[in-house]
Amino acid sequence: MPLSLLLQYLFSGITAGGIYAVIAIGFNIIYNATGIINFAQGEFAMLGGMIAISFTAFMPLPAAIACAILVTAALGGVLEFVFIRRMKNPTVIQMIIVTIGLSILLREAALHIWDEKVHSLPYFTGNEISSIRLFGACISPQVLWVLGTCGAVVVSLSLFFAHTPAGRAMRACSADRIGAMLCGINARNMVTLSFMISAAIGALAGCVVSPITATTYDCGMPLAVKGFTVAIIGGLGNSTGAVAAGLLLGIVEALCLAVMPMAFRDVVVIAILLAVLSFKPSGLFGNAASQGQKEF
Amino acid sequence: MTLRSLVTATAVAGIALCTAFQAPAAAGGAPIKIGAIFATSGPASNLGSPEANTMLMLVERMNAKGGIDGHKIILLLRDSKSDPQQALSLARQLIEEEKVFAIIGPSTSGETMKIKQLCNDERTILISCAAAEDITNPVAPWVFTTAQKDALAVRRIFETMRSLKLTRIAVASSNTGFGKAGRTQLEKLAPEYGIRIAADEVYEKEATDLTGLLTKIKAADVQAVVNWSIEPAQAILAKNMRQIGLTIPLFQSHGFANIRYAKAAGAAAEGILFPSGRLVVAEALPANNRQKPVLMEYKKEYETEYREDASTFGGHVYDALMLLSAAVTAAPDLDRDKVRAALESIGGYVGIGGIFTLSPTDHAGLDENAFAMLTVKGGKFVPYTGK
Repeated sequence: MPLSLLLQYLFSGITAGGIYAVIAIGFNIIYNATGIINFAQGEFAMLGGMIAISFTAFMPLPAAIACAILVTAALGGVLEFVFIRRMKNPTVIQMIIVTIGLSILLREAALHIWDEKVHSLPYFTGNEISSIRLFGACISPQVLWVLGTCGAVVVSLSLFFAHTPAGRAMRACSADRIGAMLCGINARNMVTLSFMISAAIGALAGCVVSPITATTYDCGMPLAVKGFTVAIIGGLGNSTGAVAAGLLLGIVEALCLAVMPMAFRDVVVIAILLAVLSFKPSGLFGNAASQGQKEF
Repeated sequence: MTLRSLVTATAVAGIALCTAFQAPAAAGGAPIKIGAIFATSGPASNLGSPEANTMLMLVERMNAKGGIDGHKIILLLRDSKSDPQQALSLARQLIEEEKVFAIIGPSTSGETMKIKQLCNDERTILISCAAAEDITNPVAPWVFTTAQKDALAVRRIFETMRSLKLTRIAVASSNTGFGKAGRTQLEKLAPEYGIRIAADEVYEKEATDLTGLLTKIKAADVQAVVNWSIEPAQAILAKNMRQIGLTIPLFQSHGFANIRYAKAAGAAAEGILFPSGRLVVAEALPANNRQKPVLMEYKKEYETEYREDASTFGGHVYDALMLLSAAVTAAPDLDRDKVRAALESIGGYVGIGGIFTLSPTDHAGLDENAFAMLTVKGGKFVPYTGK
């Protein structure tokens, strides 16, 4: 295989992988704070994209995206406040059912607020046909935006968790909820905050991938399935792991495609997922000890 | 959308019922119950939505004029969510509980194939709005379609390729009924035109990125790509192709004949070639074209009513309802067997999709003249006039 072609497969893997990674990061925040998987994460991405698309009619793109993130974050907080905060000692199963319910609710609401049509944000740089040429292979500039967003989100999250009082409080709740409450941290507020941050990251992800994948009211679920897979492979709760696993999975998919029909791609992905779950359940980059601590 | 359609459908049905009771129509006036199953949501909603809109608009207008031959129409409009399984249970409900006279729809080939047997067994006229060859071949006595068949579209594409001297191509298709049916026809007819398919890939209908698949096509060193799908993937494929620097001609199926896809692909849509019914270029047709008046009328009515571009798919519903209406009028009374027989003997009906001539062996009634080759220029569909 000539180098340029190999590189083209690699770029295509990075394109898909970047999308998976940026969605996967969102799963980790709520998981870290509460130990549950938020199955409505894909819908946050969809809402982010849809709201930004509506706002572009009134304001420039960066402002529209910023507003979309704020609105979605507020919505994430409200949803937590209304549906999750009131539950007394919820079990994991209850929480999963609530978040699945929320995902259906958001999807149907989006169908009525907007419509069933395909929308997308404009490309941040260039347009549909711009591409950057490197050693005979091409990649869309939007992919660089996706990767840049992944990097920026991972860095800001690690700074947030390491250096801000709110971030530290969230980590404390995650490590030992009762201990944190004894220290005067309002654990319930931390859960609300985690939903807001996670919705904001989801919305940002939905905006940066929108030019590539287009946004429809029902685009959340397919995005979430891949993002969730990546979050598990990378180790739940680990954002750097999610980015690495996302890119890895994207590249594996692209290389698989080089040697076998596309229909087998998901077989390979699921095989990897099963292998990870059997041999290293905490994920490729996860830490078994920290996983054990998660509880309500 | 769904709720709104439902409310409107109920309202229309309600009005139809009331008026039916108030004023027994001239010709005996038993109301006629027509079921309609369209993919108004889900991946095929770009088809289902104009179809449902057209249905509501036409039924309202026809009922205002006294219905079909004095029979008020009771419309039962259902959303299949683009899911064949859902279409099957809706069809079963319409036939068994509502005892409908005929069903119009579903929107996609996968859904139609799922209910073909049922409608035929239950002796309920089905006029599909989907294009797969299998719908009317082999002919099932009770199953018809108004969408131009895949084979005709494939022939139009291959004829264009022959004129451009393209002989080595790649085929990409989605894993839906429409994609599969198109792929089969492309493979079957290619040798006839001296065309070799050097790469053949199937992708998921929810695909969000196809650069990997296109890289494989790039590696196969072909002269053109044919894509066969109805989903947003049509736009994604076009964008990805340009992004990885693949500049060979892209042919799409007649599923591309909805300006929304061209808008979704933006600059990447320029130069895409696809076969289509003439509705999307109605204004550009010469005045002596037999279809022009009906095309212009439907387009104008639809666009004033819904403030969006009329699409070929809505046209399939227009044709389906008009053919059914012609058959009901021609039949001596409102009897299933008689109307079915009348439908089979319609000849020279000038519709949106083309000029229909049905027969007991041809339940689709169109030839390849139903298609014109179009291209995208400056974000608009225009007739393709060679290089």
